[in-house]
Amino acid sequence: MSTILLIEQLLNGLQSGLMLFLMAAGLTLVFGVMGLINLAHGSLYMVGAFACAGVAAATGSFWLGLAASIAAAAAAGAIVEVAVIRRLYARDHLDQVLATFALILIFSEGTRWLYGSFPLYLNVPPSLSGSVTLPGGIQYSLFRLAIIGAGLAVAVGLFLLIGKTRIGVQVRAGEADREMIAALGVDIRRLYTLVFALGAALAGMAGALVGTIQSVQVGMGEPVLILAFVVIVIGGIGSIKGALVGALLVGLTDTMGRVLLPSIFGLFMETSAATSVGAALASMAIYILMALVLIVKPGGLFGARA
Amino acid sequence: MSAAEVTAMPEGRGGRMTRAQIVNAALALGLIGFGLGAWAMDETFLVTLATKVAILAIAGAGLNLVLGFGGLVSFGHAAYFGLGGYASGILAHHALNYTAMFEWPFVFEGTTSMPVIWLTAMAVGALAALVIGALSLRTTGVYFIMITLAFGQMIFYFAISWPAYGGEDGLPIYVRNGFPGLNTLDPVQFFGLVCVVLFAMLGLISMLARSRFGLALQAARQNRQRLMAVGIRPGGVLLVAFVISGAITALAGALYADLNRFVSPSMLSWHLSGELLVFLILGGTGRLFAPLAGAGLYIALEHLLGGVSDHWQFFFGLLLLGVVLFARGGVIGFLAGGKRHG
Repeated sequence: MSTILLIEQLLNGLQSGLMLFLMAAGLTLVFGVMGLINLAHGSLYMVGAFACAGVAAATGSFWLGLAASIAAAAAAGAIVEVAVIRRLYARDHLDQVLATFALILIFSEGTRWLYGSFPLYLNVPPSLSGSVTLPGGIQYSLFRLAIIGAGLAVAVGLFLLIGKTRIGVQVRAGEADREMIAALGVDIRRLYTLVFALGAALAGMAGALVGTIQSVQVGMGEPVLILAFVVIVIGGIGSIKGALVGALLVGLTDTMGRVLLPSIFGLFMETSAATSVGAALASMAIYILMALVLIVKPGGLFGARA
Repeated sequence: MSAAEVTAMPEGRGGRMTRAQIVNAALALGLIGFGLGAWAMDETFLVTLATKVAILAIAGAGLNLVLGFGGLVSFGHAAYFGLGGYASGILAHHALNYTAMFEWPFVFEGTTSMPVIWLTAMAVGALAALVIGALSLRTTGVYFIMITLAFGQMIFYFAISWPAYGGEDGLPIYVRNGFPGLNTLDPVQFFGLVCVVLFAMLGLISMLARSRFGLALQAARQNRQRLMAVGIRPGGVLLVAFVISGAITALAGALYADLNRFVSPSMLSWHLSGELLVFLILGGTGRLFAPLAGAGLYIALEHLLGGVSDHWQFFFGLLLLGVVLFARGGVIGFLAGGKRHG
């Protein structure tokens, strides 16, 4: 295993971790502030990807597509919040799970109705296509590098928003005591819609960026949704910092596991057996990580409550 | 839902049946009548459809034990369903290829005998539920939902990436496994066998619910502190229920594999975990017969709506949303009225 390949995979892990963070941040905010478990978060990711693909195909501009993905996902999030989610805050988790499961069916089947089952492909914008040479002579895709930069920028922006602004104060107060901030005159319904739309916008952006690397298709949000659940269970539900740490852990474990485990088993097994055992174990690595975190800290790394 | 009482059916006054008992009897007779009627009219496809309902109802009954009675929202029950299916598929695979499953520390041959397969499937399901339950029950509430979901996905991805038993392509069972004295390839005989298993499982769960253990389980849902105050550790009761639940759902998986004569990772997918939850909410959470009512309604809708539009899941999603938001209590709640307290 060459060092160059290893560093390349580290960067890939970082990139997938940051995209997971965009998903997990919205989930964890919505759970922390409104106490809601939202399975339909993956659908908003898909909405973002389809909006980007549609607008980029119509206008020829990836950047307009990216803007459209954020706007469409935020709008879809706000509409869903007002129409459905708002009625679920006072319900138990089972009702929330089932109602948002129903939303997944509606979103997925509706999208399949509109666009068909075939995957769409997005082109990397010309200004970001090709690769760059990093220090040490490593060739790395410029677009993936840009995604890492965008993910880091959003993470910093989100920490500033939650930590330094008036809205951030309200969000944190909402996590601590909902009734109290309503009594202090904050329009709690508008705050909830805003938080939900913010989470949706982040998911939509992640969908557009990842959709450009992979493909845009119905059901693309579901594997990511489950990974985002693993992330927030590891990080601790409700904690943005936990979501960031958890996302990077999961992204790196998953990527590195797939690269390293087959070659580690190859040291003492024949190649074909090592490949299959390694691949099977690599697919389980993040769940084993989650189980280990739970044994040590049932409330997650940065969670307040279990 | 959490305030609702789940108790074994109270006896009706003067020996008369309660409304809930009438609804349950109607559901049971409806399933058997539909299956036999379809057989009499030589509609093999409909017999198979009724068998599918009965099998999914067994799987739902397993989930109902922990969800309806114990209040645990497990979002990973497809894991036990799929493991049961793979137990069946793998045993039959080895028996049909005349290869031993493993030769160390003792020789373990495959088999095509259903009773052996069922016991193996239940043992595998119980063991998986023991490990997953012991880890997941360290947490409660929304953590529990996400963790059971995540462990379910872990087994799903393992099945996809492990090539020995078909990986992503699944594993066919060339000849349906046999049961002593029956021809299981005859659809109506297999249907009868599945119905016997279904009602045996529902009887078992009803008996469990009325037992000391069942009362402790329901108390664990209602108030863990009080249960601890009377000297019962809720964790132990819930774990035992989770293990029994996993075994029942695995048994259903073994039957499902035999019904389709095929096992694939889709039996492990989280969509199936969601559908099992949907059966219970459609039927009426915590009711003994909820899984049968829910599975029947779901398969009927799939069949009827599916014939009208390829996008039936869109309309089903709208319907499910409506039931969750506005019609709590499900089919049995609608037919049998509110639950009794006490």
